[in-house]
Amino acid sequence: MLDDFFTRALVAGIGVAIVAGPLGCFVIWRRMAYFGDTLSHAALLGVALSLLFDVNTTLAVGGTSIILAVLLVSLRRSETLSSDALLGLLSHSALALGLVCLAFMTWVRVDLLGLLFGDILAVTRLDIAMIYAGGALVLTVLVLIWRRLFAATVNPDLAGGEGLQPERMELVFMILTAIVIAISLKIVGALLITALLIIPAAAARRVSSSPEQMAILAAFAGAASVVGGLYTSLNYDTPSGPSIVVAALVLFVISLVPWGRLVTRMRTGSQE
Amino acid sequence: MVLENNRLVELDRAGVRRGASWLVRGVDLSVSPGEIVTLIGPNGSGKSTTAKMTLGILKPSEGSSRRKTGLSVGYVPQKLAIDWTLPLSVRRFMRLTNALSDAECSTALEQTGASRLIGLEMRTLSGGELQRVMLARAIARRPDLLVLDEPVQGVDYAGEISIYNLISEIRNTLGCGILMISHDLHVVMAAADQVICLNGHVCCRGTPSDVSKDDNYQALFGARAGLGLAVYEHHHDHVHLPDGTVKHADGSLCTDCPGEHQGHDHGDPGVSTGAGNA
Repeated sequence: MLDDFFTRALVAGIGVAIVAGPLGCFVIWRRMAYFGDTLSHAALLGVALSLLFDVNTTLAVGGTSIILAVLLVSLRRSETLSSDALLGLLSHSALALGLVCLAFMTWVRVDLLGLLFGDILAVTRLDIAMIYAGGALVLTVLVLIWRRLFAATVNPDLAGGEGLQPERMELVFMILTAIVIAISLKIVGALLITALLIIPAAAARRVSSSPEQMAILAAFAGAASVVGGLYTSLNYDTPSGPSIVVAALVLFVISLVPWGRLVTRMRTGSQE
Repeated sequence: MVLENNRLVELDRAGVRRGASWLVRGVDLSVSPGEIVTLIGPNGSGKSTTAKMTLGILKPSEGSSRRKTGLSVGYVPQKLAIDWTLPLSVRRFMRLTNALSDAECSTALEQTGASRLIGLEMRTLSGGELQRVMLARAIARRPDLLVLDEPVQGVDYAGEISIYNLISEIRNTLGCGILMISHDLHVVMAAADQVICLNGHVCCRGTPSDVSKDDNYQALFGARAGLGLAVYEHHHDHVHLPDGTVKHADGSLCTDCPGEHQGHDHGDPGVSTGAGNA
């Protein structure tokens, strides 16, 4: 079944989306969209390093992102730089550094467009294995720390006062985000990973009444976006990453429509 | 850690520095089971900082902060902002830091007069409602130590008194220690065992009556502040619950009393005119 490149892309993409949805909810709740952006832009630096030292791309990207995540958390704690400026600096420096490094390595031919925007043709069986192994790890840890991380998200002082170690939870969360970025690089590309984290979660918000429900619906919305986006990509020869993001955007716009009110109006209208 | 005299928490000459200035410095403080300790002081005097040091949220820059091993805390922070992106109902919020049964949640919400709020979204609550819900969450945990940072802000006048009554009632039933911050001098004075008056440092401390006579206290709050102690000798014969029902002195509830108050009976709670209201 996995012989077909399209099936591989679908399986990989859905795997990524299921993990990205719940994690993306926390990215939204904690207002860390830019944080995610920084990590994903640094993924390109990871790709360059992986080519330089000839190691597995996903592992190299994961390693780079985790190091950067730990660095960011510790810099933020020292409260010397405003995190906005700091993130902007790191985000684009990492992206530029990655691109420059790749250009220097004249002996390798890199599909830059694929790295930036995702490439469904490039998904291998090994990628799928890493996505599902990494994804299972991320989801397991997330379930284990769910209550503590959520309490820390609602109010760090409250969580800290009641002994739930909010700072440690934040660090774990950053590392999980780094792992998700590493496994989603091939599907959506470095520039659009944050979109896969945020847009399905945002689409889930309006139809959710509890945080847990929002996380589950975000996973479904993400999976639906992957399916829709990949079919579009296949049929109209559009790059896979942007197609998935556009599909997610469509879901988000649909979630904005006040369906309940429309249905009531149509019912009352037909009675008249 | 085992603290001497069965204390729950202890600050020893503790202070926090931000940059070159001290937020608060040289605070000695301890809370024992069943004791109500109240921090008072003007804005920016380091009350919240002291409470956060006690809880270990802030590490003291000098001195030490120690807690009993395995201490369970119920904390009502000064501020709680819930963003629109967070779908958080009161029911879910009650279980924020530990699992609770439905019965535990509703009992606690009933105690704080907030049971009708259980199905609402947190961000739709008014200031006073939010305080009641936060207090309910903190006591539902049955903590060893309750830390309340201005627990009655935004609560209406009648609610304020019932919440302070509830706080001393909780102290008696749960036997927990309570560390409370408040601006409301006279009510605090009536309920606390120990009052610590802060202004960047401990400016005076002791029992409420000692503190109210202290020169430092009078300099900070004015001589009239001490007179507030007698304010609550005046009682109504009924109270208004937040859901609009009226609870009479004999405990009976009245859900559809007319808007007009006819039967106030001041100064003599023994005579209930509740029936005349219905």
